[in-house]
Amino acid sequence: MNVHEFQAKAILAKYGAPVPKGHVAASPEAAAAAFDMLGGPTAVVKAQIHAGGRGKAGGVKLVSSGQQARDFAAKLLGKPLRTHQTGPEGRVVRRVYVEAASEVARELYLAMLVDRRCEGLAIIASTEGGMEIEEVAAKTPEKILSEPIDIAIGVAGFQSRRLASALDLKDQQGAAFGTLLASLYRAFMETDASLIEINPLVVAADGRVLCLDAKMSFDDNALFRHPEIRELRDAGEEEPSESEAAKYSLSYVRLDGNIGCMVNGAGLAMATMDIIKFHGAEPANFLDIGGGADAEKVAAAFRILLADPRVKGVLINIFGGIMRCDVLAEGVVEAARQVKLDVPLVVRMEGTNVEQGRQILNSSGLKVTAASDMADAARRIVALIGI
Amino acid sequence: MSILVNSRTRVITQGITGATGRFHTLACKQYGTQMVAGVVPGKGGTSFEGIPIFDTVERAKTHTGANATIIYVPPAFAADAIMEAAAADIELIVCITDGIPTLDMVKAKRFMRGRPVKLLGPNCPGVITPGECKMGIMPGHIYRPGPVGVISRSGTLTYESVNQLTGVGLGQSTCVGVGGDPIIGLNTLDVLRLFNEDPATEAVVLIGEIGGSAEEEAAEYIRRHFQKPVVCYIAGQTAPKGRRMGHAGAIIAGGRGGAQEKIAALKAAGATVAISPAEIGSAMKAVLTGRA
Repeated sequence: MNVHEFQAKAILAKYGAPVPKGHVAASPEAAAAAFDMLGGPTAVVKAQIHAGGRGKAGGVKLVSSGQQARDFAAKLLGKPLRTHQTGPEGRVVRRVYVEAASEVARELYLAMLVDRRCEGLAIIASTEGGMEIEEVAAKTPEKILSEPIDIAIGVAGFQSRRLASALDLKDQQGAAFGTLLASLYRAFMETDASLIEINPLVVAADGRVLCLDAKMSFDDNALFRHPEIRELRDAGEEEPSESEAAKYSLSYVRLDGNIGCMVNGAGLAMATMDIIKFHGAEPANFLDIGGGADAEKVAAAFRILLADPRVKGVLINIFGGIMRCDVLAEGVVEAARQVKLDVPLVVRMEGTNVEQGRQILNSSGLKVTAASDMADAARRIVALIGI
Repeated sequence: MSILVNSRTRVITQGITGATGRFHTLACKQYGTQMVAGVVPGKGGTSFEGIPIFDTVERAKTHTGANATIIYVPPAFAADAIMEAAAADIELIVCITDGIPTLDMVKAKRFMRGRPVKLLGPNCPGVITPGECKMGIMPGHIYRPGPVGVISRSGTLTYESVNQLTGVGLGQSTCVGVGGDPIIGLNTLDVLRLFNEDPATEAVVLIGEIGGSAEEEAAEYIRRHFQKPVVCYIAGQTAPKGRRMGHAGAIIAGGRGGAQEKIAALKAAGATVAISPAEIGSAMKAVLTGRA
């Protein structure tokens, strides 16, 4: 789960990380008031959306009066902001963050994440702050520092010093950096984060080390023990069909094609997408209904698929292990009764109770095309939608 | 021969009284697996279908001589169950549970370091040596004893591949699901090493997917050391970058972990790559026929 910059900064500040003062505003008037409360000669107004690249896209501006803060907020709020991470449709800005401006001397990069290879955490740092870290990694990999963190130890003193030295942070700045790492580590472990990214981490003209931007992601599997973080979820930032799917614990990702797929198991779901493409068409989604899906869940999945107007045909591919084919068939019939099924449907079923499943579909009166295997299923659905 | 499990494997079920634990313990027992004990804290002294239940893994092991355990404990408690089994030196720990917090697994793996145990999973279908021992949630009837080893990060896609193998008349030595999470026990490379040493395994099907670098590491090993033919399929060739495809581990992040890089690495290592997931069985058939 991702959160907004202002939320991430509030969490990090709670753990003692140095962040600029700021206020979130949902209206131009509130933005002007926030500017006045900060009391500085200048402030930065930043669009709050779950996507990077806001600065380049015109979503961040330095302002020097309440009026300017109000005007810029009015320009952003309620309208989509398009960055390289949002896709062409952009994301609607619902809030801005008004933050005390700092004079920047140096921009650095700092991140903490779970590292599969060392099976612990890793700190990633670079002197090239304020840029896309992927770009830095591709062009100048020697400028990316990586420090594995053993969770039985935490961030050891020598590791802090090594990173500080590589980032050329001396004396008090080096000490402040060490304190920051300790804060980030505690925040990471105690909130079950999966990523903390500070880009840029800056050295201000007055010598302070500050988190100028902050991004945090959290482990969805651990949200059950962090109700205060679960509350930060912003449904407005999620694809509506994906939020709906999440309610039924369906794993759904919307894609660009026109063949809706419903599959049990993530690997088989990806393989089904692949085989559709292999036969010359494009999948409209990834959808894993999971191992123990009941008829209600199957029906919900079917409704979500058919609610997408781009879907011109549906392919269901089930290998029943735990999932029983008769349960699946009941769910499909139930959903087809609720939603008018006006696109071709191809079903491929194999495994537990497959004969009962086929019988339920055949006697349902639904127009279903049965397929004998995966390749046959893909061929049939592609032929039926006429590509 | 086979790897990891055989007819002598004696299995504990941790979480034997939950719905999933009950269902699959019975299915494994019916398959012929020696299900010797259950563990449920507070229910020691009771039994399930003739299988004695103990309060702790240690006690279950002492009383039954178990050398393996399968875990169906809910996600919030599953990492603790893994550590309990590791502390009791259970040789093979299979964790089926899906949805374990990542940091819990990081801690469990740290705890396991240096102990003489192997972990499979979490979020995996388990392991089966057809005709001898089914230690997992896979549908046993599609498997046949034979010469092909199977390694996979996914559940139902493994069943699909095994069904194809059985369909073309190729049985399996052992089929291992390593799991779809970012932090897992045995990985693809570890299982390849075991298959390399197993005389009963003549060839290997490797089912990978996007995310991580397990397939790249496997490719390097295949190129340098692996002595048997390998047929691969990588799921997620059409997946977009930055979107997680169901499995917590299946994400192309920072330009790494894409299907094309994995396919290229495996091909360069001499493996046969099936581009269509419908051609895994036939590709293996062709490889083995061509060799004979």
